[in-house]
Amino acid sequence: MTLTDTTLTDTTLTDTTLTDTVALAHVTSPHLKTLESEAIHILREVAGQFDRPVILFSAGKDSVLVLHLARKAFHPAPLPFSLLHVDTGHNFPEVLEYRDRVVAQGGLRLQVAHVQDWIDDGRLAERPDGTRNPLQTVPLVDTIAAEKFDAVIGGARRDEERSRAKERIFSLRDSFGGWDPRRQRPELWGLYNGRHAPGEHVRVFPLSNWTELDVWNYIEAERIELPQIYYSHQRDVFKRGGMWLAPGDWGGPKGREVIERRTVRYRTVGDMSCTGAVESTATDVRAVIEEIIATRITERGATRADDQLGEAAMEDRKREGYF
Amino acid sequence: MSTAAPTDVTDVDDTPVDVTSNNVTPVDVHELAAELTTSRRLLRFATAGSVDDGKSTLVGRLLHDSKSVLSDTLDAVERTSQARGLDTLDLSLLVDGLRAEREQGITIDVAYRYFATPARTFILADTPGHVQYTRNTVTGASTADLVVILTDARTGVVNQTRRHAAVAALLGVPHLLLAVNKIDLVDYDQQVFDAIAAEFSAYAVELGIPEVTAIPISALHGDNVVTRSERIGWYTGPSVLEHLENVDLADQSTTEAVRFPVQYVIRPRSDELPDYRGYAGRVTAGTVRPGDEIVVLPSGGRSAVQSIDTADGPRDLARAGESVTLLLEDDLDLSRGDLISGVADAPEPVTEFGATITLLAERPLRRGARALLRYGTSTTRVIVTSIDGLLDIDSLTYRPAPDALALNDIAKVTLRTADALPVEDYRPGGAVGSLLIIEP
Ligand SMILES: Nc1nc2c(ncn2[C@@H]2O[C@H](COP(=O)(O)OP(=O)(O)O)[C@@H](O)[C@H]2O)c(=O)[nH]1
Repeated sequence: MTLTDTTLTDTTLTDTTLTDTVALAHVTSPHLKTLESEAIHILREVAGQFDRPVILFSAGKDSVLVLHLARKAFHPAPLPFSLLHVDTGHNFPEVLEYRDRVVAQGGLRLQVAHVQDWIDDGRLAERPDGTRNPLQTVPLVDTIAAEKFDAVIGGARRDEERSRAKERIFSLRDSFGGWDPRRQRPELWGLYNGRHAPGEHVRVFPLSNWTELDVWNYIEAERIELPQIYYSHQRDVFKRGGMWLAPGDWGGPKGREVIERRTVRYRTVGDMSCTGAVESTATDVRAVIEEIIATRITERGATRADDQLGEAAMEDRKREGYF
Repeated sequence: MSTAAPTDVTDVDDTPVDVTSNNVTPVDVHELAAELTTSRRLLRFATAGSVDDGKSTLVGRLLHDSKSVLSDTLDAVERTSQARGLDTLDLSLLVDGLRAEREQGITIDVAYRYFATPARTFILADTPGHVQYTRNTVTGASTADLVVILTDARTGVVNQTRRHAAVAALLGVPHLLLAVNKIDLVDYDQQVFDAIAAEFSAYAVELGIPEVTAIPISALHGDNVVTRSERIGWYTGPSVLEHLENVDLADQSTTEAVRFPVQYVIRPRSDELPDYRGYAGRVTAGTVRPGDEIVVLPSGGRSAVQSIDTADGPRDLARAGESVTLLLEDDLDLSRGDLISGVADAPEPVTEFGATITLLAERPLRRGARALLRYGTSTTRVIVTSIDGLLDIDSLTYRPAPDALALNDIAKVTLRTADALPVEDYRPGGAVGSLLIIEP
């Protein structure tokens, strides 16, 4: 397995970006403050209970928020977690640029597991439809095992999708990364139980109780920078399966599909081959919030082709060790 | 459920923000966005009831009528309802989560739902109905401000109703709401409702629950769920949602002495901050200010709070529920597991104490069992030295205890720990006085 270390900076570096951000911060809503305190509590439990924690960092808004909260939790000390990105090889260039800049400015440690490497040496085969989102599971589980990560922190929220609604905040995974919904541990009060056998690990979801609207309201209040593709811009796109896709290294229009220039934004960042743009004129956070309230279309329903495979698709992938 | 067809957002209209074409009542988006961003408090509540009492329908209706359901989700529910030959929407389909549950048609695990109204933000722990899943009721209600207990108007108060109320009482949940459902099936009869409400209130008094609100509802038809029903003219109280929006959320804990379990020690060891040593944690009770005298437990070392630090800058005070970092006047070398406490009524560290526990594991817990005990942020070894009484839900008395406890049993036990722990009485919400026994 090849893992590239994009940036390795001395961890004693104190960073300036966080202080810049927080000088402007003003979360005043009591319920956002409650959610922030809860997330910080969870992240500190991870640092207190595990030896090798890692944050899954895709530069999507939820993982950006997890990183922001984690840095607040351990301020003024450096982040006691490293970052891991499972790169499908079909990422938006703007997102990779953002990722590398945040890592460099924050003096963070990022590992990238490239799906391409698994395809190259035959551990994975490309799917006929070219979609690589489902291929992330194996590199993720392999990397967790190889690096002996014992806590894997993700940005999933319970309101995203129905099978997630039952996920614990500390969710035990077996040595194959699998999740058994019938064998979840009880999780009472704020007593998170991180005990696990050798080879097992715990997935941790500090944003469990946040909704999409909470995330955006918090991003606005804390003035958190996101990859530009979350905001309205002009882009060449073509329509496939009811979604606007952007051509790239992964491929482009086939047959009768034609490129059109549209004013769009993305609601999630992911594999370019299956992450659709939505037409939007929302150029800032406030406009995005208003758009979310107005459209009333779920994030995954609108933009992730692979989730439309079926109602139980997410649950099946989680059993296999997907995020 | 069938595969959902792709939702084509781009075909809705040329303007991406078009509320009318999604069958949503036109609203002023700026206003609604402003409303949903303003200061609101969070209410955590749990729902409990026997199978088929209509819990899923109630929750689905709350989400649906408070406009928290997104249009593509609703489309899927509509298609499935039609496929099953139903002429109305089966709102329970909104909340039946996992595939196994869908196949068996029952809810088997706590599911969390989120919705907001201009008045409040809600986190709902939807807990399963079967007797064997009482452990989920415990999980769901552990941090709840309120529990909604559902009962079928035709059967009234049953064993499960009592069990759920007893669990809520043990957990110190401040508010109980009894929803008497399917009132349409008893012809909206006031006498039926009054009798059930009276029987339940009497039981609640025995449990020491200060406040019970009973509401007659029809989850299926929407009576008294979000809006008050004209069909139930004899009832003048609030609807379920109105009650959730207005129930008193008192800050009981602000007058108490401070408790602060240390989660993690923050030591940057950088050139700018060579000696910084902060204790990271969440205030679990009381209010802390710089200058406050404190005692560290179990060691007993004394000091004072030098400052309260956060990433947003120093603070003049921190209240219960807030995650902050405390810096102390003296170098006491605390670590994870220590408790920082106010000096007034600080708990005495002990190695033997009594506890009321409920068994959440399949494996029986025997007298003499050795396990790990988690209290606050500390973990130590424990022996269950005796089982002192088993709670009988009907009589609310403790019966002579067996040698072993089974799943869902609620019992009094005596515990002996390897390390002294500053245990104290349980307080509502469980931030203080709660513990876990973890079998290795
Ligand atoms: N007539 C009537 N039927 C109801 C009412 N609420 C639920 N039901 C029906 O009772 C059955 C069980 O409801 P469900 O919500 O699945 O119950 P759960 O097992 O408690 O989640 C379903 O057939 C519902 O349509 C009600 O208020 N009136």
